[in-house]
Amino acid sequence: MKHHLISAADLTRDDAVLILDTAEEMARVADRPIKKLPTLRGRTVVNLFYEDSTRTRISFEAAAKRLSADVINFSAKGSSVSKGESLKDTALTLEAMGADAVVIRHHASGAPYRLANSGWIDGSVVNAGDGTHEHPTQALLDAFTVRRRLVGRDAGMGRDLAGRRITIVGDVLHSRVARSNVLLLNTLGAQVTVVAPPTLVPIGVESWPCEVSYDLDAVLPKSDAVMMLRVQRERMNAAFFPTEREYARRYGLNGDRMARMPEHAVVMHPGPMNRGMEITAEVADSDRCTAVEQVANGVSIRMAVLYLLLGGNESAAAHTSRTDAVRTEETE
Amino acid sequence: MSKILIRGAGILGGRPQDVLIDGGTIAEVADTIEPGDAAVVEAAGQILLPGLVDLHTHLREPGREDSETVLTGTRAAAAGGYTAVHAMANTFPVADTAGVVEQVYRLGKESGYCDVQPVGAVTVGLAGKQLAELGAMHDSAAGVKVFSDDGKCVDDTVIMRRALEYVKAFDGVIAQHAQEPRLTEGAQMNEGIVSAELGLGGWPAVAEESIIARDVLLAAHVGSRVHICHLSTAGSVEIVRWAKSKGWNVTAEVTPHHLLLTDELVRTYDPVYKVNPPLRTATDVMALREALADGTIDCVATDHAPHPHEDKDCEWGAAAMGMVGLETALSVVQETMVETGLLDWAGVADRMSFRPARIGRLEGHGRPVSPGEPANLVLVDPAYRGAVDPADFASRSRNTPYKGRELPGRVTHTFLRGRATVVDGKLT
Repeated sequence: MKHHLISAADLTRDDAVLILDTAEEMARVADRPIKKLPTLRGRTVVNLFYEDSTRTRISFEAAAKRLSADVINFSAKGSSVSKGESLKDTALTLEAMGADAVVIRHHASGAPYRLANSGWIDGSVVNAGDGTHEHPTQALLDAFTVRRRLVGRDAGMGRDLAGRRITIVGDVLHSRVARSNVLLLNTLGAQVTVVAPPTLVPIGVESWPCEVSYDLDAVLPKSDAVMMLRVQRERMNAAFFPTEREYARRYGLNGDRMARMPEHAVVMHPGPMNRGMEITAEVADSDRCTAVEQVANGVSIRMAVLYLLLGGNESAAAHTSRTDAVRTEETE
Repeated sequence: MSKILIRGAGILGGRPQDVLIDGGTIAEVADTIEPGDAAVVEAAGQILLPGLVDLHTHLREPGREDSETVLTGTRAAAAGGYTAVHAMANTFPVADTAGVVEQVYRLGKESGYCDVQPVGAVTVGLAGKQLAELGAMHDSAAGVKVFSDDGKCVDDTVIMRRALEYVKAFDGVIAQHAQEPRLTEGAQMNEGIVSAELGLGGWPAVAEESIIARDVLLAAHVGSRVHICHLSTAGSVEIVRWAKSKGWNVTAEVTPHHLLLTDELVRTYDPVYKVNPPLRTATDVMALREALADGTIDCVATDHAPHPHEDKDCEWGAAAMGMVGLETALSVVQETMVETGLLDWAGVADRMSFRPARIGRLEGHGRPVSPGEPANLVLVDPAYRGAVDPADFASRSRNTPYKGRELPGRVTHTFLRGRATVVDGKLT
């Protein structure tokens, strides 16, 4: 794997499968009474958040702590950043403090790329969401969730998503989740279709490795998984669609529509959900909706990513033996 | 003033001849001239062109002297072969009164490296609401003929119409920064395949083209002159070509960077490539080159936009837009237009000196290399090859996209009314 994780495009098929497999190992830790590995003891992980995102920050924090890393949370609000400090100077500060990894969430697309490629810091950079660009760990946890549901928890080990049909619905234009998912799911062999009103599909989408449709009802029967994206109500005021009700009618997932999906198909949502907008309560609370599982899986995926970025280049097999060794050590 | 003999240079790329400068004017052009008491510049293998004229320079003074001053900017201009530049109005304070344009004009005179012709703002404070005192700026010592809110589009159709009409009284021209503001809210780069992947706000070609279409129609309706700044798309070329075919009074410029660079470079997220209008696609670049070659685009203008290091050494979204260009323009034109066979050196003289001087109504610039003409001249060594090193720039800012890139050609001498401002590639 590379030294940083900025884009889902940074990952080869084997990298991605290694992360998913490693996350399965990590998930087993969560089932134990002491949910902690000594793997990153003495390493420092900084959560550098320029944008509020309690969920993502807590997820990364839990992941780093379960690997015994020291975690520093740096929120831009109320910090030197709000006094006008540049990203570069903040990076130099973190470098001076010995950050081994910087998990960055930023409102500007490309900020993590700049941080990783400008020589400001030596540590690994993990993109925790940048502007409307990418959110690769979200895509990984989504792929992990799909693999578990469609292929199986143990049966999935070593496997990708070849031949699976996955539909992404909603505000693709502004969605970093959609961008990362299209790239990663394609790398894993899935067939991806994005569905949205034409106003919420970017100009230039024809170069993406996916199909584009404006008709949700036509795509649903051919979907093994349907990812619903959060649609901000503000988009209505900017004329991306006429009214909330019209959006919900044409692109929202309700019980009737869910019934048209194949029986095994799952419904996904990165959260937080707008109930009644892109998804009805009936769908959100059904067994087929994986939203809560996705949150739990997020910790496992982020543990795997931090471990693989900071813990060296061992293969999944080597890693397995190492966690076994850890387990032995802990029981002794 | 002493005499200078330039020996053996190809005038506008033609056969080698000698040119004698006496005082501020060209005294003689002949196959051989005896030097007598003249200082001799051996120029075999070099090209002699009229001093270059830039219609679009940001000198930043007054207000942002940390990025450029009239002195540093005109030194950069001389180093790039320019003898006259038009200084854009978006300074602090804005050049929207006779007082500010006279200040800039006077600073140019004092610098002595290059004539500075201030551009006046079209509207007060570039706010697009109320016409600035266009007449007073014209009547001032600066004699302003070119007006522009560059950096901002004069988007109110009625204000644009009135401005076009008003400047007819003194043969002025409105230079439009064509950018439909609503279509470019949050715009960070060209809207297309690359922006879709990078998740950066798109600046669609149609935001430029729709304004150009409107403005050529307005100029035709009121019978005035409009000039399109830094035209950047294939569609814009088509509109200007159509307007010219109607006989309408429209002129246009293209920047060197839009002749060479594409939006693929934005994949680096390096803000050195952040510029307005944004870098476009390879298709646009080829259309712009062809349009410059066939005269649809009248001239090359640098849009020299100096910014201090801290405004570029940051994340893309926070970075300032613009790149410096005075010192690399001629090299980029040589690479993209001359070495591709699209333009000969006489064509370069036309697009970088004759036509911009005519659009700006600058007397004494953009003149033939003939006896009796002002000795505003530049000598170019076209065989030179070398990597661009921003540390060598005379400009106070270093935001060049060409750092480390090999570009052809080098300005060896520049003469402003017979006085050398550059000798052997060094500023005097």
